[in-house]
Amino acid sequence: MWQPLPDIGGLNYMSRIGKAFENKKAFIAFVTGGDPDLDTTEQLLYAMEEAGADLIEIGIPFSDPIAEGAVIQDANERALAAGCTTDKLFDTVKKAREKVSVPLVYLTYANAIVKYGKEKFMDRCRDCGIDGVIVPDVPFEEKEELAEVCNAYGVDLISMIAPTSHERIRTIAKEAKGFVYCVSSLGVTGVRTQITTDIGAMVKLVKEVTDTPCAIGFGIATPEQAEKMASLSDGAIVGSAIVKLVAQHGKDAPAHVAEYVKSMKEAVKRAEA
Amino acid sequence: MKKGRFGEYGGQYVPETLMNAIHELEEAYEHYKNDPEFIKELDELNRNYAGRPSLLYYAEKMTKDLGGAKIYLKREDLNHTGSHKINNVLGQVLLAKKMGKTRVIAETGAGQHGVATATAAALMGMECEIFMGKEDTIRQALNVYRMELLGAKVHPVTSGTQTLKDAVNETMREWTSRVDDTLYVLGSVMGPHPFPTIVRDFQSVISKEIKAQMLAREGRLPDAVVACVGGGSNAMGSFYEFLEDKEVALIGCEAAGLGVDNPKNAATIANGSEGIFHGMKSLFCQNEYGQIAPVYSISAGLDYPGIGPEHAMLHDTGRAQYVPITDDEAVEAFEYLSKTEGIIPAIESSHALAHVMKIAKTMGKDKIIVCTVSGRGDKDVAAIARYRGVELYE
Repeated sequence: MWQPLPDIGGLNYMSRIGKAFENKKAFIAFVTGGDPDLDTTEQLLYAMEEAGADLIEIGIPFSDPIAEGAVIQDANERALAAGCTTDKLFDTVKKAREKVSVPLVYLTYANAIVKYGKEKFMDRCRDCGIDGVIVPDVPFEEKEELAEVCNAYGVDLISMIAPTSHERIRTIAKEAKGFVYCVSSLGVTGVRTQITTDIGAMVKLVKEVTDTPCAIGFGIATPEQAEKMASLSDGAIVGSAIVKLVAQHGKDAPAHVAEYVKSMKEAVKRAEA
Repeated sequence: MKKGRFGEYGGQYVPETLMNAIHELEEAYEHYKNDPEFIKELDELNRNYAGRPSLLYYAEKMTKDLGGAKIYLKREDLNHTGSHKINNVLGQVLLAKKMGKTRVIAETGAGQHGVATATAAALMGMECEIFMGKEDTIRQALNVYRMELLGAKVHPVTSGTQTLKDAVNETMREWTSRVDDTLYVLGSVMGPHPFPTIVRDFQSVISKEIKAQMLAREGRLPDAVVACVGGGSNAMGSFYEFLEDKEVALIGCEAAGLGVDNPKNAATIANGSEGIFHGMKSLFCQNEYGQIAPVYSISAGLDYPGIGPEHAMLHDTGRAQYVPITDDEAVEAFEYLSKTEGIIPAIESSHALAHVMKIAKTMGKDKIIVCTVSGRGDKDVAAIARYRGVELYE
């Protein structure tokens, strides 16, 4: 049963995200909050945990998601058009948290947090059981915008590394919390037929400086890709492929997504061997 | 002040994939801006290609008609490609070339920056791709053809509101997918550091010239410099050399569309609040949850929900003043300057002219105003005709 973190004023809080990687490779599932509606999002959280997702990323819909490809952009638009707001999504997560015990993280853009109020946002994260935030437009150089307040509320600010990061990887990984989000390819999120980056080399640099787990995302859609990526790292992150199923099946998506997550989790498990 | 910051504004809020690219740009710029060879080449392009220095024209009829301060117009409309945008793109595309890039990409609203970028790319032999909101490609079909004529590929952007902000999103996305051989030539004093500084520096040629021309003509500095503000590049360029001359009032005119109290406006200073978007911390038109608001102005060039970070700082410190100008006021100024001086100004620039028309008569005849005419209005004629109920299409 999930329990809220004790309020210890942010001093040495225990990150819960590590749980997703304990003695296993993690399958990380992403879904855009409020697409097609918040009830479906709630059902998707249950279905994905049940199907074996080790960690779930929930996207807070944003008007201008610059790191996203067309599939997730469209999901953001659908969610906003359906009336999803940051407050309503927090309420949904809080409700779902009564049943869901895997770590949950938000993926959103800086503006959604700073306009809401950084303190208020992180306080609600703690209250609703959000364990971390991924903010693609807050790179290492601007980390201090959020790091302190995240820390104060026991929310991991998850760092990203990209194929263009090169010598930056060590610096970023050294201070990483929760897990290191390794971006597999250039460009935005979305399904790719091939991932050509030398992921192994990137993960090696991460491992040189930290024990924080490292998971790979962007472009992973098939069980084969998931197995390969998980074998190179500590886990695989899948977003667009799931969001596509939601777009296709709407309110009926949870069953379809569950089936897909199950097959992906099995693929990731094969990578443990 | 922290590097890349204007007070608390500015910064580098972009995905990790772009960080090395913007560091590389920053290093290259720091090097070349002091490189005598680069300075010489750019100066040569400005003089012999863009047609600089642009005229500082004494608008005598307008001055007499309004009956107050003496009005000078800084004629950026006379530049090659018809606007101030060329000042920045010649600098940035030359920089891209020095950096060994072979391809430039850019966003455009009305098409002025797109045309200027395509022009510089043609001249310097670079591959060029322009991202333009689908809505704008329809409103400004002639400019799309113009860019294609110059050898650029134009991508209509169908995401979001299909206007300038979405064109910026898409250009950023494109840059993350192909960064090695490509430079994003940003069109205004916005985006992540170092863009606001680079664009301002290249545009500051406007205020350097105004200062020299004014001293030569009048033997003193003007009392006010007025320019229109969308992202704010012509205004920043017009203000920059006067920042330390506290006796010179600096006034930016933003697009109030149907009025600051009407939801259909683009007046960021009047209605915006602090946020982080398009790589920078600045002021933006947005809702309580930080969703960027759809904005509106008759002027596609001012139809942007944010403002450059240096302007946000100048507003906070009070060094510059920002006023909203409605569509109606701008159109009136557009027609007024055409009839009075025989100069058809861009609808963007008409926002600045509208404010000059308001303040000139309240100032004594011994006072001097300089208004930057950022571009020519040929591109706007059909839109103004439609505004006046004449069904005219390009």
